[in-house]
Amino acid sequence: MTVFVDIGALDDIPRQGARLVKTAQGCVAVFRTADDRVFALDDRCPHKGGPLSEGIVHGDRVTCPLHNWVFDMNSGVAQGGDEGRVRTYAIKIQQGRILLDASLIRARNAA
Amino acid sequence: MKKKLVVIGAGMASGRMLEQIFEAAPDAYEVTLFNAEPRGNYNRLMLSPVLSGEKTYDDIVTHDADWYAAHGVDCRFGEPVVKIDRKNRVVYSNKGGAPYDALVIATGSAPFIIPVVGKDLPGVVAYRDLEDTQAMMATAGKDAVVIGGGLLGLEAAAGMAAQGARVTVIHLMGHLMERQLDPAAGYLLQKDLERRGITVHCKGATKAILGHDRAEAVLLEDGTVYPADLVCMAVGIRPETRIAVDAHLEVERGIVVDDALRTSDPHIFALGECVEHRKQLFGLVAPLYDQAKVLAKTLLGEAAEFVPVQTATKLKVTGCDLFSAGDFAEGPGREDIVFRDPGRGIYKRLVLEDNRIIGVVMYGETGDGSWFYGLMKEATDISDMRDTLIFGPAFQGGAALDPMAAVAALPLEAEICGCNGVSKGTILNAVAGGACTLDAMRACTKASASCGTCTGLVQQVMALALGGEVVEAAAGMCKCTDHSHDDVRRLIRTMGLKSIPAVMQELGWKTVGGCHSCRPALNYYLLAEYPLDYQDDRQSRFVNERNHANIQKDGTYSVVPRMWGGVTTPAELRAIADAAEKYNVPMVKVTGGQRIDLLGVRKEDLPHMWNDLNAAGMVSGAAYSKGLRTVKTCVGKEFCRVGTQDSTGLGIKLEKLMWGSWTPHKLKLGVSGCPRNCAEATCKDIGVVCVDSGYNISIGGAAGMEVKETVALASTPSEDEAIQIILAVTQLYRENARYLDRIWKWMGRVGLDWIKAQVVEDLENRQALVARFEISQSVYRHDPWAELSTPSETPKWGPLADLTLEAAE
Repeated sequence: MTVFVDIGALDDIPRQGARLVKTAQGCVAVFRTADDRVFALDDRCPHKGGPLSEGIVHGDRVTCPLHNWVFDMNSGVAQGGDEGRVRTYAIKIQQGRILLDASLIRARNAA
Repeated sequence: MKKKLVVIGAGMASGRMLEQIFEAAPDAYEVTLFNAEPRGNYNRLMLSPVLSGEKTYDDIVTHDADWYAAHGVDCRFGEPVVKIDRKNRVVYSNKGGAPYDALVIATGSAPFIIPVVGKDLPGVVAYRDLEDTQAMMATAGKDAVVIGGGLLGLEAAAGMAAQGARVTVIHLMGHLMERQLDPAAGYLLQKDLERRGITVHCKGATKAILGHDRAEAVLLEDGTVYPADLVCMAVGIRPETRIAVDAHLEVERGIVVDDALRTSDPHIFALGECVEHRKQLFGLVAPLYDQAKVLAKTLLGEAAEFVPVQTATKLKVTGCDLFSAGDFAEGPGREDIVFRDPGRGIYKRLVLEDNRIIGVVMYGETGDGSWFYGLMKEATDISDMRDTLIFGPAFQGGAALDPMAAVAALPLEAEICGCNGVSKGTILNAVAGGACTLDAMRACTKASASCGTCTGLVQQVMALALGGEVVEAAAGMCKCTDHSHDDVRRLIRTMGLKSIPAVMQELGWKTVGGCHSCRPALNYYLLAEYPLDYQDDRQSRFVNERNHANIQKDGTYSVVPRMWGGVTTPAELRAIADAAEKYNVPMVKVTGGQRIDLLGVRKEDLPHMWNDLNAAGMVSGAAYSKGLRTVKTCVGKEFCRVGTQDSTGLGIKLEKLMWGSWTPHKLKLGVSGCPRNCAEATCKDIGVVCVDSGYNISIGGAAGMEVKETVALASTPSEDEAIQIILAVTQLYRENARYLDRIWKWMGRVGLDWIKAQVVEDLENRQALVARFEISQSVYRHDPWAELSTPSETPKWGPLADLTLEAAE
């Protein structure tokens, strides 16, 4: 079973925007859509390492700011002609708080 | 002997349960019914028509005194239950006790009252019972504020508006009814409500209710104040569980029941809005009636299981036609079928998964809602009818993709207007008789004259008879729309569209939320068209413009402070040097635009660095923007022995007038003091080359992927006139060009002669363009960092959380 950790309030992230969470295994981008769903993806485009958290969020897609690769935030899979995948993490909203997969905390111990 | 059944709460769920019990086994139970309200069961769903004056209380009574008497119910109305004695199986009200063999708790829900100052003032009501409704009916001619733009709040708002109140709806979220509607449908709903005089304030957080002896006004967090003789809180409900908690029954968010609706005490049952079944709460009437059936069976000793089904929502506001059911969020493997008819305010969206409908949102025309809902409940495979699915049941079985073709295929006797029984044939006859407008059609046939939900279909039939023309569409601006850039700009202007959701809805966007290509374009078109009204949407901007710095390949940023005309001072240089050291800037470089670039700045340092630079009097150089970049100058006649005019001074004047402006693409200027052209003005978007006799202005240069030399636009002996022409051509470019077209590209489309005619020859037009530029600049000649580096904004530039600091388990 996934254990979750509270990382902040939903309102800390602008709609159609993102904020970063620093973890032992790198930065994770936490996105909020126009209809208040949240997604957590590695903040690193598989193409040239662009920070996805700075991309334009449209529907449940995000466009990498460096070279316009588009990712489906549900699966992390690159869309259109591009091939690649960004890792996604379990995330949910509970009473206005955002809860993220807590294994991201423990990773350093395991490593 | 009859067993004793005690029921707490005379609402719709318990009322339906009693009906079922009396019908199946009239002699099974002797019933005692407690109710805190001093009356029996009435149809709460119908409070909205009572409020709007369409019905009276008597019309909505479900069980009257005769009904209770006929079934031998001991009515204890106006007696709130204060205690349940589980050991002795007795329920106590404030007046006395009643023993039970079986107890049903049906206490319903309580309105959620937001804990703000003034919430207890007289004049603040919820919208739950007849007393609230009566208070709201007395608001004619007064100011009323409804807090909460959900189902209940909007019905309250529309009801009070119908009574003649001036109503404002304050809603915390970005669009109305966000739990039932997606943003596009929410926008249509808001427009309909505004059309009937209701003010809608979305993204509004209530800070306090103001007033001395009673409510007088509502204050929002953003400082807005709305006068309010009456405040209706309709932000939500929560299960009323206090009596169950006191009796130590198992209660989570609601009273926990099993599939037979039994609580943790085998003699006590619960149903309705107060229960929690498998972690789920219930607020709509359909599942409550299902519970009533199940509980009646349970109480009569039959096996029954409550299985919640998905429910559909309809808003009971006359003239606002919406339908929502199921799950309409996007998700993996989910597909949308979207139909938009902006002209008629119609929006339909089906969400599909595995060829089955899992969600329906409809606005403006909901006649097919129950059919879609049926397909959803039955999990029907829709692959065979997918092409025509969105057009509803009338059009299945054909290959018609065109709704007009589908309408054409309808038989003459097909009923178009259900309210007034008008057939397709009647409408066609009326058109033949001269009824060519909707008003005329309504006048002579009454088609679409009652509820109006068939208006679209009526118009289609009329169009069929009148012969609609098919117009070829130009290439779309992106995959989200078939409209071209030019069309979108023109329609934004002519239709008065003032927000991105409005454009997407009215112009029939095919995607939800657009894409990285159209969103920045729309944001630009809107801010250029409505500088005073439109609120720039940061989330629709490319990263550099959102963060007011240039992102680098490693995710750090570069910072370029503005240096007016390329002129700086020792104090500015000192501040830049200090900032570079303080924030460990790895590289300091002189740019081609005569300023200094600090490269490798971390995002979280940006607001701090700008706080320092702002304090030294510097503003952003906008080296990242589709907007005014630099005005490059040479030293001019002040110092240069061949300079003819004060080119540095003119450059500074231009930059001070034009900084902060957004343009379709980047805009670089150059001013050279003599034809030797040291400022390289003839490869800029707008260049000035000074000569003895004055100023030669040329436009359309570039020195990027394309290298272009400017072409002459105008010559003038007057510096003032040179400035006016440059501002006018800039504004013409802003108003006219497609997003991401540099001036040379735009000039290629419209022609230099047309530009000359607008800004050089037509003096009046030149002045009007300059005036419009100045209006826009009154908003945008402004440094973004003053607002982005405040103590409340600064933390937003850093990470939301740092899990590397969390103690590992």
